Amino acid sequence: MKDIRLMKGNEAIAEGVIRAGCDGYFGYPITPQSEVLEYLMANKTKERTGMIVLQAESEIASIHMVYGGAAAGKRVMTSSSSPGISLMQEGISFMAGTELPCLLLNVVRGGPGLGTIQPSQSDYFQTVKGGGHGDYKMIVLAPASVQEMYDFAKLGFELAFKHRIQVMVLSDGAIGQMMEKVELDEQVPRWTDAEIKIKSPWATTGKTPDRERNIITSLDLNPVKQEIININLQKKFKHIQDTEVRFERIQCDDAEYLFVAYGSSARICQKAVLLGRERGIKVGLLRPITLFPFPTIELAKLAKQVKGMLSVEMSAGQMVEDVRLAVNGVVPVEHYGRLGGIMPAPDEVLNILEKNFIKEKSYEPHTN
Amino acid sequence: MTEEIIIAGFGGQGVLSMGKILAYSGMMQNKEVSWFPSYGPEMRGGTANVTVIISDERISSPILNKFDTAIILNQQSMDKFENSVKKGGVLIYDPNGIVRHPERKDINIYTIDAADEAARLGLAKVFNMLVLGAFLKLKPLIEPEYMRKGLEKSLPLRHHNSIPENEKAIERGKEIVKEIHLAN
Repeated sequence: MKDIRLMKGNEAIAEGVIRAGCDGYFGYPITPQSEVLEYLMANKTKERTGMIVLQAESEIASIHMVYGGAAAGKRVMTSSSSPGISLMQEGISFMAGTELPCLLLNVVRGGPGLGTIQPSQSDYFQTVKGGGHGDYKMIVLAPASVQEMYDFAKLGFELAFKHRIQVMVLSDGAIGQMMEKVELDEQVPRWTDAEIKIKSPWATTGKTPDRERNIITSLDLNPVKQEIININLQKKFKHIQDTEVRFERIQCDDAEYLFVAYGSSARICQKAVLLGRERGIKVGLLRPITLFPFPTIELAKLAKQVKGMLSVEMSAGQMVEDVRLAVNGVVPVEHYGRLGGIMPAPDEVLNILEKNFIKEKSYEPHTN
Repeated sequence: MTEEIIIAGFGGQGVLSMGKILAYSGMMQNKEVSWFPSYGPEMRGGTANVTVIISDERISSPILNKFDTAIILNQQSMDKFENSVKKGGVLIYDPNGIVRHPERKDINIYTIDAADEAARLGLAKVFNMLVLGAFLKLKPLIEPEYMRKGLEKSLPLRHHNSIPENEKAIERGKEIVKEIHLAN
């Protein structure tokens, strides 16, 4: 019989990493993602799979514990929310420089600063454009349901080791806190030390006579060599852009207008599509599932079909820049967002779409 | 079928757990469900609310501003959610502590004296199950056997001995819900 449960998004990804054969979690509590650490602790992972769960003394310590675990070829992760993820940026950049695979989770809350604990999507730039220093990218997965929170644990580790890259699950307070039905799958066994040596020959598992020492460092003071390192990194990012794009099309086939939205905004727009169709508006939704790599080619195709696109984000307009780059001026692209932890309602975003693209723009006298 | 519900009241009234039991029961009956709580400052300041959706189809937005049913258990929630009920929708409230009663004539309004009834029974804990009974009387979406499964799933094992009294309270809630007719 299928194992089906009602879970919070935060609990689902915690169960997901256990079942994905994660070796270690290192984290520090912060609302709205504290249930990840709580769930892992309550589930006695040491007894269940041998997985280590450790509450570190800070976010900075957490990310560097992840760095250490990843260097040893282990499947390791951390999670936090916006202010905590900001603290981790140095460690993330170092992992980019050393091409260490790991899973990261940001359950985004409103900023800047300590901001609020309510849901937001204002960390898109930080995540997708590189929050740390240097020319690097992470694979960014944007779950829009509790099921995807669960699924992206396993997918995240797979992609991380396939490409030797950091994978960030970019969620938000709404997806983290809400409960939905989740279908769980079989336990993936943790890798043995022997398996790690085969799967990750680069890992620092201890020198043996048959190979050179593995050295993991992001420092190379020779600019000629450092340029080669960077060129190879860029080749990898290009390869990922070419092969790992994921998105969902909702009622796009006959769409004349298009919402573009990810995460919980995509759920709101999904309802707005239903309401729009009831009003006789042929509207669809393109939901990017990977934010890097971004579904640029798909959006360029849709730009030839629709009359306008509305990018909906709980931010002041971040993803909309990537939508505009993809569309390249072929059709108008507008942005709508709410800030500081406010979530837009489905009819609100539909009204904005109508106002921008459909209703005649007439002069409305200012009455108040 | 899609039923979009807001349950709102004070923290401690069992608002979130009522929603959880409803969502769990719906899931056991093979429906699609979502449960989205207030987890922010309002919860810490005393009021709590949760949006529950039960549907035969994939649920679009778990976040809504219009509802088929509003279950309202304090004055602040009445002020906030009376106008969020869809035309022709249902508003259920406990008049205990309500000073400004609902006035809309384009929705169906019901009362349940759940606080009084819970006090009369000497079982303050079943307050939210009385309210849930009122809802199920008006919207019989979940069959009793799945309500039981929902209770079993959402209550910790040490509280399973209280399932019969919870079920009784649900039945009692069905009996005491009353329709309010507003004079035109």
